[in-house]
Amino acid sequence: MAMKTSQVPWNKEIALERIRACLDQEGPLLPILHALQEEFGYIDEAAEPLIAEALNISRAEVHGVVTFYHDFRRAPAGRHVLKLCRAEACQAAGGDPLAAHAEARLGVEMGTTAPDGSVTLEPIYCLGLCAVAPSAMLDGRLVGRLDQARLDALLAEAQQ
Amino acid sequence: MTLRLYIPRDAAALAVGADEVATAIRAAAARRNVAVEIIRIGSRGLFWLEPMVEVATPAGRLAYGPVAPTDVDGLLDALLRDGMHALGLGPTEDIPWLKRQTRLTFVRCGIVDPLSLADYRAHGGGRGLAKALALGPDATIEEVLQSGLRGRGGAGFPTGIKWRTVAQAQGPQKYIVCNADEGDSGTFADRMLMEGDPFVLIEGMAIAGIATGATKGFVYIRSEYPHAVAAMQAAIVAARQGGLLGKTIAGSAFSFDMEVRVGAGAYVCGEETSLLDSLEGKRGQVRAKPPLPAHKGLFGRPTVINNVLSLASVPIILDKGAAFYRDFGMGRSRGTMPIQLAGNIKQGGLFETAFGITLGELVDDIGGGTFSGRPVRAVQVGGPLGAYFPRALFDTPFDYEAFAARDGLIGHGGIVVFDDTVDMAKQARFALEFCSIESCGKCTPCRIGSSRGVEVIDRIMRDEKRAANLEVLEDLCNTMKFGSLCALGGFTPYPVMSALTHFPEDFGAQPRLQAAE
Repeated sequence: MAMKTSQVPWNKEIALERIRACLDQEGPLLPILHALQEEFGYIDEAAEPLIAEALNISRAEVHGVVTFYHDFRRAPAGRHVLKLCRAEACQAAGGDPLAAHAEARLGVEMGTTAPDGSVTLEPIYCLGLCAVAPSAMLDGRLVGRLDQARLDALLAEAQQ
Repeated sequence: MTLRLYIPRDAAALAVGADEVATAIRAAAARRNVAVEIIRIGSRGLFWLEPMVEVATPAGRLAYGPVAPTDVDGLLDALLRDGMHALGLGPTEDIPWLKRQTRLTFVRCGIVDPLSLADYRAHGGGRGLAKALALGPDATIEEVLQSGLRGRGGAGFPTGIKWRTVAQAQGPQKYIVCNADEGDSGTFADRMLMEGDPFVLIEGMAIAGIATGATKGFVYIRSEYPHAVAAMQAAIVAARQGGLLGKTIAGSAFSFDMEVRVGAGAYVCGEETSLLDSLEGKRGQVRAKPPLPAHKGLFGRPTVINNVLSLASVPIILDKGAAFYRDFGMGRSRGTMPIQLAGNIKQGGLFETAFGITLGELVDDIGGGTFSGRPVRAVQVGGPLGAYFPRALFDTPFDYEAFAARDGLIGHGGIVVFDDTVDMAKQARFALEFCSIESCGKCTPCRIGSSRGVEVIDRIMRDEKRAANLEVLEDLCNTMKFGSLCALGGFTPYPVMSALTHFPEDFGAQPRLQAAE
């Protein structure tokens, strides 16, 4: 989902509120995790026992689900999140050198956050923009037909 | 006079500046004191021409594209004068790329305002549902069966048989689940449809509910498609208000409601049983079959789980009749397939056509070859689990059986084009690496086989006991193909083995292989 760039710090009361708001849904665990990540930007470890109690399942089960899905963060992301599509269609359209360029320019490896907390660089496997490849998403904004100039503009924006 | 313009809100159009163009047009119109009405639509699917701007004229819509914000002043002046402009493409419907298509599932996409139920109905929407209500459940299932519609998600299982099984199953609650977790690179038809004509999917799901006795539906959309999620959510609210969903659908005694659920970045959740587990709030792990989801699906209840395109094809089948749909296609592949041309391609986009068109026609003729201008070397058909085909196989017709006969699959209908700079050993390695990252871990051939596969390919590339390791790779692929629980492990050998079979030179077959032996 589109990441909000400004989330509130972890807060147990707000977390419980968001959890409770999902409880009338069938299969509420994923909606709960999405809600918490939307609120705080990541799933705090302290959320796991709260969810486990609310759903009457074990903490291990909650932990297992949180860690199964790529989307759920265990720690806050950088102020900006730049996702580069690394799937086949974008590879075919020149995505590999662009990804290498982004890593070099930001000085971070794919999947990590810059030490100054400015930006998290992540691979994403298909934004469905395969006919305007290569593509990227900066904080929820989509960019297609990526070339070095467009990528440089995104990188500059992400480093702010 | 108000100038009425149509600009896509499709994610791919937004990614190349559709919003900026719309903003520039509003500003340019204000400067000229001209009234403009901008209607945001889905995309027509001619992505190399996006952002495409259409203007309403008494003779129909005229298209212009690709429009950049800097073109807007000149374009607006031209529209106020005689419409002649360098970016002019003529009447939209006459653009050859669009005219050659047979749009059944995508008949309204790029034409209607996706969030206007009135617009949907004005363009034939809702007639399939009315027909289903008139026919009743049994005859509705019979129509779907007779149409020859097969699951468009890749497996090609007859949709009508699935529905009949659920209709005959007993249970206090049945579900319709739409698999909108299309994660295959090179495919974007689901995304385009949900963003461009979401009501047709809702109508298809409602018909499935009526036919099988299910009263609740879920559409599980991948998180990588935030715009599709937003469009579906808004459309569901409008559909409830308009009586397309609710306690008494279209005034009938049937009840059906649905909601959107968002995935969380796990590719394997596109597999139907792992999707069901994910919906239930579990790790998205694959279930062993039987029991079939039709008997014990979501929360253990009888469940229809269909792909977006399968469900979205149902309204037109009901509306026009099974025979109308069945008359398109070849062999056992009936109707139309929305084919997606992607990757390094000059004219990429969505091309809906009857089954039977050849791969070569699609890539060379319709796609226009590569964007880079270099020769096409390989195409991957059917997503990350699809085979790589060389030019020598470009006479293969687009048909489930014809692709299977050549050790490939049509999958979700995506075609990714690569030029001659591609390294096929690298692509084969990527397929295995992707599988190892995305494996749900339930079965050993997929979980372990993919990791070992990456290591073996690395050894081959390092020229380490090449002949012996090639044999190991082939053996490993066979184990994965026949021993995996689902298509992730079972189909990963397709890209690997096809790369090895058709492009042995990239694995160092010559001259390094000769030198090694």
